[in-house]
Amino acid sequence: MSVDMLLSQIFNGLSLFTILALMAIGLAIVFGLMGVINMAHGELMAMGAYMTYLTSVIFSRWLPGVMGASFLVGIVVAFLTTAAFGLLLETVMIRHLYKRPLDTLLATWGVSLILQQVFRQVFGPINVSVPTASWLQGAWSPMPGLDLPLARVFIIALTLAVALGVYLFLFKSRWGLRIRSVMQNRAMAGAAGINTARVDAVTFAVGCGLAGVAGSALTMIASTGPATGQQYIVDAFIVVVFGGVESLIGTFVSAFMIGQMQSLFEMPFSGSMAKAAILLLVIVALYFRPSGLFSIKVRR
Amino acid sequence: MKGSKLPIACDADNRLEVVLPDNVHPTSISRTVRLGTERLRRLYPIVILAIVLLLVIPAALEPFRLGLVGKYLCFAFCAVGLVLAWGYGGILSLGQGIFFGLGSYIMAMYMKLEATSADPAAAVFGAGGPPVPDFMTWNSVDTLPWWWAPFEHVWFALPAIVLLPSAAAFALAYAIFRKRIGGIYFSIVTMALASIFVLVIIGQQGYTGGTNGITNLPTFLGYSVQSDQAVYTLYYVSAGLLILTILAGTFVLKSRLGKVLIAIRDQEDRVRFSGYDPAMFKAVIFAIAAAFSAVGGALFTLQLGFASPSISGIAPSIEMVIYTAVGGRLSLIGSVYGALLIGGAKSLFSEQFTNGWMYFMGALFIVIPMFLRTGLAGLVSLVSHKKVRAS
Repeated sequence: MSVDMLLSQIFNGLSLFTILALMAIGLAIVFGLMGVINMAHGELMAMGAYMTYLTSVIFSRWLPGVMGASFLVGIVVAFLTTAAFGLLLETVMIRHLYKRPLDTLLATWGVSLILQQVFRQVFGPINVSVPTASWLQGAWSPMPGLDLPLARVFIIALTLAVALGVYLFLFKSRWGLRIRSVMQNRAMAGAAGINTARVDAVTFAVGCGLAGVAGSALTMIASTGPATGQQYIVDAFIVVVFGGVESLIGTFVSAFMIGQMQSLFEMPFSGSMAKAAILLLVIVALYFRPSGLFSIKVRR
Repeated sequence: MKGSKLPIACDADNRLEVVLPDNVHPTSISRTVRLGTERLRRLYPIVILAIVLLLVIPAALEPFRLGLVGKYLCFAFCAVGLVLAWGYGGILSLGQGIFFGLGSYIMAMYMKLEATSADPAAAVFGAGGPPVPDFMTWNSVDTLPWWWAPFEHVWFALPAIVLLPSAAAFALAYAIFRKRIGGIYFSIVTMALASIFVLVIIGQQGYTGGTNGITNLPTFLGYSVQSDQAVYTLYYVSAGLLILTILAGTFVLKSRLGKVLIAIRDQEDRVRFSGYDPAMFKAVIFAIAAAFSAVGGALFTLQLGFASPSISGIAPSIEMVIYTAVGGRLSLIGSVYGALLIGGAKSLFSEQFTNGWMYFMGALFIVIPMFLRTGLAGLVSLVSHKKVRAS
């Protein structure tokens, strides 16, 4: 194997890693920190993707002069819409099911079914795709023989930005402090004067908003359809569980490992067998490390 | 309590009045009498279900509709299994489709080999060995894989339908539960496994038929499975087996296994400290649920004439959970009605308003867990208890 091939292989894995990480980071907050099983997470991604699509349609119709900015605006719109939907979902449904995780799972599955049908009726059953902005077309060649598509490079940058944003939000902001204290000790945090119900709502909304950003990024590499969410939900959960549910760093490491393995396995195997092999490997790994790669040592 | 009159509630229309001797406390008698009638009353639901399934439905429906009900009954097997695993064991499996699929594929393998050996054209491709099913030759698999060979014998295939899936389920569940992975993590693992199962079937097209599945299965033991007569026969076989399954489930719940199971669901640590091995009990009940699902899967292939990955994935597996949730997660019999009602609703929606179906299903998934955790069975018992108290 030549150096070029190896490098492009690593880049492929890196690009898969960023997609997985973007998908999983929202789920890591919702599932990892809050313990809520949101089966509609995939559909929230699809919602973000559709919002990006809508933004690009609106820009091309009314603001063709600044078409280049449509994708960046699309990401913001996607975040805000899905976060608002998450806030609504938390208030109406999730809030009443915190003590019953299995029931949450079923109820959010119902939400995902309804969202799928809404997408199908509003946007049609056929996949839609967002035209790539002109400044993201083409490829970057750091050395001859190695072409890195700009769109993928942008996703990597976006992932880094999101990771940094999440880090700053959780560890350097007032809200992050409240979130961490509620997740660590709900009763104490409440006694210290933190409105735990509001913290729950905000945390859930942020997790959902990140799903929207992931969906936005997804439009650059794949078209969006009503069933898009279903394709990614298992991957997202597996990444979070493999990484260790209480650790955001674990989520990134596990996304990195799964992404690299996937791109490696796709050479000898067919696409579906590669995916099956990885899922199986992760399950076996979980058997030996039930609480994931990075687990906080606690007495249970 | 001198000479107090005690009404005995053995029959609502025909009350007996008993004058008790002075030394007998009235409640002790009423308890023994009530025990006897309650034992009888507990049989009512299963008898009613048997009458509905074996007499009313076959008499009321034309063969096409009856075939549809027969199909719903296959999924009812999974629903009954889930009552045991989820309702009483607290194990929410999102992978019952795997076992349904295994049962379905084992039956399809037998029927495919039967169809192939009856087809003179197939023998040409056998290269001297046993004849090779058509989809294998299409995928340039020229000799029958060794693990296909035993399934040409009915004495191997039929026991395998029950034994293989339950053995797989037991091994998997025991390994996982021994590591004390439970609750939501088990659900996610089963979901991932359902995904793997479908991916492997699609990926290994030459051995499994791929996305199309195994099709073209006209006979079982030489009898056609496609005639109107066969529709009735297979319906009765399915309904009869389902009632046997419910009785088996009732027996399990009444046995000590069932009692320990409920204790594990409610207080697993306490049961472990009492010296039991919860992993073993949970694995056993999971294996039983898997066996039920596999029987349903085999009957599905018999009635529909194919096996395909479309009935094994994540979405169908979760759909099976809602049958149980609608019927009542604590009611073996309720879950059968749940499967029948949702199956019927699905057909109705797909014929009348296609778009409404997903909304209806979605609403069920939301409303039942939030507001009606005990499902229809819970509603019925609520109503009947009120009636008893009112009279």
